[in-house]
Amino acid sequence: MPSPGYWREIPNRYRLEAGRCRGCGKVVYPARRVCPACRGRAFDRTALSRTATVVTSTVVHVPPGDLLMEAPYAVAVVESPEGARFAMQIVDCDPACVVPGLQVNLEFRLIRREGREGILCYGYKGVPAPQGAEGRG
Amino acid sequence: MAGIVGYGAFIPRMRIRTDEIARQWHKDPGTIRRGLLLEEKSVPGFDEDTITISVAAGRAALDRSGVDPARVGALYIGSESHPYAVKPSGTVVAEALGIGPDVHVADFEFACKAGTEAMFVALCLVESGRVEYALAIGADTSQGAPDDALEYSASAGGAAYLFGRNDTLVDVLATHSVTTDTPDFWRREGAFYPRHGGRFTGEPAYFKHVLASTRALFAKSGLGPQDFRFAVFHMPNGKFPLEAGKTLGFRREQLEVGWIVPQMGNTYSGSSPTGLAAVLDVAEPGDRILLTSFGSGAGSDSFALQATERLVERRTRAPTVRGMLDGPHRYLTYGEYAKVREKIIVND
Amino acid sequence: MRDVAIVAAGMTRFGELWDSSLRDLFVDAATEALDHAGADHLDAVFVGNMSGGLFTGQEHVGALLVDQLGMAGVAAARVESACASGGVALRAAFAEVASGLSDLVLAAGVEKMNDGADVTAVLATAADQETEVYHGLTFPALYAMIARAHMHAHGTTEEDLAWVSVKNHRHGARNPKAQFQKEVTVEQVAASALVAEPLRLLHCSPVSDGAAAVLLCPLEQARRYTDRPVRIAASGLATSSMALANRADPAWLDAVERAAAKAYRMAGTGPKQIQVAEVHDCFAIAEICCIEALGFVERGRGGKAARDGFTALGGCIPVNTSGGLKAKGHPVGATGIAQAIEIFEQLRGEAGERQVAGAELGLAQNMGGSGASAVVHIFERV
Repeated sequence: MPSPGYWREIPNRYRLEAGRCRGCGKVVYPARRVCPACRGRAFDRTALSRTATVVTSTVVHVPPGDLLMEAPYAVAVVESPEGARFAMQIVDCDPACVVPGLQVNLEFRLIRREGREGILCYGYKGVPAPQGAEGRG
Repeated sequence: MAGIVGYGAFIPRMRIRTDEIARQWHKDPGTIRRGLLLEEKSVPGFDEDTITISVAAGRAALDRSGVDPARVGALYIGSESHPYAVKPSGTVVAEALGIGPDVHVADFEFACKAGTEAMFVALCLVESGRVEYALAIGADTSQGAPDDALEYSASAGGAAYLFGRNDTLVDVLATHSVTTDTPDFWRREGAFYPRHGGRFTGEPAYFKHVLASTRALFAKSGLGPQDFRFAVFHMPNGKFPLEAGKTLGFRREQLEVGWIVPQMGNTYSGSSPTGLAAVLDVAEPGDRILLTSFGSGAGSDSFALQATERLVERRTRAPTVRGMLDGPHRYLTYGEYAKVREKIIVND
Repeated sequence: MRDVAIVAAGMTRFGELWDSSLRDLFVDAATEALDHAGADHLDAVFVGNMSGGLFTGQEHVGALLVDQLGMAGVAAARVESACASGGVALRAAFAEVASGLSDLVLAAGVEKMNDGADVTAVLATAADQETEVYHGLTFPALYAMIARAHMHAHGTTEEDLAWVSVKNHRHGARNPKAQFQKEVTVEQVAASALVAEPLRLLHCSPVSDGAAAVLLCPLEQARRYTDRPVRIAASGLATSSMALANRADPAWLDAVERAAAKAYRMAGTGPKQIQVAEVHDCFAIAEICCIEALGFVERGRGGKAARDGFTALGGCIPVNTSGGLKAKGHPVGATGIAQAIEIFEQLRGEAGERQVAGAELGLAQNMGGSGASAVVHIFERV
């Protein structure tokens, strides 16, 4: 993506910055101007925890062109402890183990490259939390 | 007295065995393993690079320190595989860790000692009082050319050290650095793989600088090998650090904990810093630790360190090196390795 | 508001139409509709087209295509709502006539997908760029997650998905305009290549070129053009959260539910009265979820409908007698109009081997993205 668009998203992509609606308390990620729950317009800045739970998932076998070498990869809709839901890849595991309820820790990764000479785009991916251990906050 | 107030490391979870690489090139696996004293090495995924490794290690260091990232006044990343040729790794890492914008950032480069280089500068900055906290990271995802000796060892990983004046986990007793212009290993701009001088990388390069720097540190500090519980050297393969240690008068037990190269491979700027992290994971209060790095080109940085009481309680706040080495990981075939290290030509 | 009728239809075959450009496709469908009606002029044209820009480099297709039709000067605009573009174009045309703004309006849809674009990337623009596509989610991946959520919550199986494709291919085999006119078996579906688990190639609608057009006028003028007009009894348009992650239940298409509720209310009817329906089966799971949201079956029970024959020709509520998006094809912008054409022909008794005997009330449901927009029209024989 062209760099101004990428740069604008850094707070939510690098630091999981979200907004907590002052009207109804809903945590909105990425932050928006208007709360989708109550249409409130005042928010407090907050950051999501670096753990989440898988809600639903799939394994992508036919990827977009720039992720060709990385397929097959698992993607999931996950939910953070703050109640925010968002999509991400789940990596460093057998894709078959990505099932609803799986606890993941969020690790900073290179999400995509703009070809050979464009910018590098970073963000978070989920990695299954070690068995029996609590996710790292 | 300035010292280390937080430390952390990160090692990617994919691995490849020395045997698998040897078989690819029709070499006898046993001979290679014994010759290099390497069993396997870490392999970075498409989505891992010096920046992502630095973020993970840096976060662990901040967690162990309990310091608010906004108070970090300087951040230095040392690597020979910075993702951009022009645009710093440090700016991405800073933003990801919540450091800045009131921070000084620079990328360092000096082959395998860019990490300890960053540590030296971070230490001095804090000592001078110019900044309150300085974070130094050494991380790499370097390439080894196919069918070259370095293909068995070039791996990925890194470690981070936060320096400060108060509540140190590890004190810095003394430092020394030695540098000469020695063309033992290099990579020209635009080249995909580095080149090296074969056996020239041994005695006139690695050993000359590691021994000189360590001996000068001994003289300067009045400490000898018997005064240290642990010694960590740069680990380009399994053999060199053991030989250097022995020559300097260290016993095998002193080298053992920091000698993680047989499992991890050579993480270049992350090598001795990660070895140090492995030692800090188990060191007891009062233990002295020697660290001497080596970067081709060439030079060595030496540190005499001492663990404090605080280390024991704080180190539980982040993963250990042993935990990462032995934890979940997956072995690749050579084909998967070649794909993920982008040694296969693909269309743009 | 005036009553509005569809008086004529025209449609290309759907498929890989290498010899036809975007312009050719539109003109073929539009002229067929005009010729059937004996109409020599138009007051307005609305063209549903998801992305002439990304597929062929051409935007501004409303003006372009009306010019290609030899009618430069006529009011025209392109309508976009991803895969619901055709259905929303129909609604725009309906409103244009119902309000009295125009008397003879063409609602068309066209897509030229096979001119060399990266189709996966273009279709992904219907999803949330910042939060879904950025992370490597593809369109099939979104529906695959809907499928898994449905399977997890309601016990729907992969075989249930296959039966949707089997049924729609059986219908499509009777449709001379369909892209695929061959039946498939459950085994063939289960053996086809994985796209995004559990969806396989034969669970997914194909990449298609094609165009479709319907001519609308006030019901009171319909006899000028045909002796069997079909009245548009209702139009309902609704949206839902763009990102799948922001839906209350990933296995429930609430935009479809909302659009259908508006349409049923406007037509003064309900799901039990509908006798034939065209439903947006971009992926097999979509049909399962859509028939639940339309109220044809209870929530969560959509999985067995195709397998049990409930939604087959001859069943309680035949769904996708045209072959659906799966067998008929899915030139994105054209689909919503093609759905309307199938119901139009069913209500006129012109559906040949696909005819639902005595059908008087039909429904077409068109959907965009992973369910972020939905449009439902109800049609009745007059």
